[in-house]
Amino acid sequence: MPQGIAAMLPELANANGELVRRGRFLEVTFLLEIGADAYLIRIHRGRLESMEPGPHVQPRWTFALRAPAAAWAKFWQAVPPPGAHDLIAMLKSGDLRLQGDQHPFMANLRYFKELLALPRAAGAPERR
Amino acid sequence: MAAPQFEAALGRYLPLEIGGKRHRLYLEEAGSGIPLLCLHTAGSDGRQFRGLMNDKALTSQFRVIAFDLPWHGKSSPPAGWQEGEYRLTSRAYLDTVMAVIDALGLERPVCMGCSIGGRIVLHLALEHPQRFRALIGLESAAHAQAYYDLDWLHRPDVHGGEVCGAMISGLIAPMVPPSERWETIWHYMQGGPGVFKGDLHFYTQDGDVRGRLSAIDTQACPLYLLTGEYDYSCSPADSRELAARIKGAKLTVMERLGHFPMSEDPPLFLSYLRPILAEIRAAAR
Repeated sequence: MPQGIAAMLPELANANGELVRRGRFLEVTFLLEIGADAYLIRIHRGRLESMEPGPHVQPRWTFALRAPAAAWAKFWQAVPPPGAHDLIAMLKSGDLRLQGDQHPFMANLRYFKELLALPRAAGAPERR
Repeated sequence: MAAPQFEAALGRYLPLEIGGKRHRLYLEEAGSGIPLLCLHTAGSDGRQFRGLMNDKALTSQFRVIAFDLPWHGKSSPPAGWQEGEYRLTSRAYLDTVMAVIDALGLERPVCMGCSIGGRIVLHLALEHPQRFRALIGLESAAHAQAYYDLDWLHRPDVHGGEVCGAMISGLIAPMVPPSERWETIWHYMQGGPGVFKGDLHFYTQDGDVRGRLSAIDTQACPLYLLTGEYDYSCSPADSRELAARIKGAKLTVMERLGHFPMSEDPPLFLSYLRPILAEIRAAAR
């Protein structure tokens, strides 16, 4: 089972009808790295179908989002500080690395920004 | 029937020759007094200044004017646009601003621009300082490095409106009113294909003024800088570096605001702008 804040993602995503609707053309598997923890996340028609924690044997993914645990912790604060408040901001600062085929990520940028920010609205515990 | 409760701003179309080409420019204005010419950000339009035009305290002292750059908002691209790629240059931007000032007969206006507008005020400070009462650069830096591949903004297999809106959403401070946040994003979603990307040609390449900053004379024309703390495109650090290199430039970093302060949270932005405008008015007496 996924641990910590990340564990909230599947339920938060699938309970969000608007997010699922906006992602209705989205079919993709991506890798989410939170420090040393890696998750293979499968999106099917906008629903978060599965979230497999590592270690993965021969993982296949279209793109990967990798950031240190401390960076995600800041991103998930109820009021994130400047620079930690947005995926593209984290990309610019170098905290976030985006790798692989970025097309589905960019074509569905609002979806992924909102998906990954869901724990923030859900009142993720603040960790500074 | 009660009379309709119109907002103060009036919009008109202005036929204008810029760089030898006929243009049809849309502009809005409200109020009377010292002209305050407002320049919108890349890929957006003059609606970003709606909060200023609706502020009675401001419009009782200033004639607030905002035009849509060619290709933006309700300003058309010039005839023949379909044959080439749109790319904003320093020359075209300067020519457009000065053509509007001349056409309206504005006498030493205050010019306030945001982002690309915050960059062009630096060019105005270099080339036409005597034409302005004061210049205000919002989210202003001497240069900006592209931090993502700009090609994503204009390609047929990615929806331009969706990606432009989603891209800039993070430049807005997280705590601003949601209605103003989504209004700001909507303007980006309405931009024409390739227009935001074409503006960023000026922002990331053509408009670089790093080598010319020492020639800006704030005695000839005062320069004020205002930057939002959540802006990572033109960050407070970028504006601090700019201010440090221009003698007499006055920088304020705005808390709880991002890259589109006048549109994200107009009342909060006005709380930062009013003291600057008061200073400009006092100097005019």
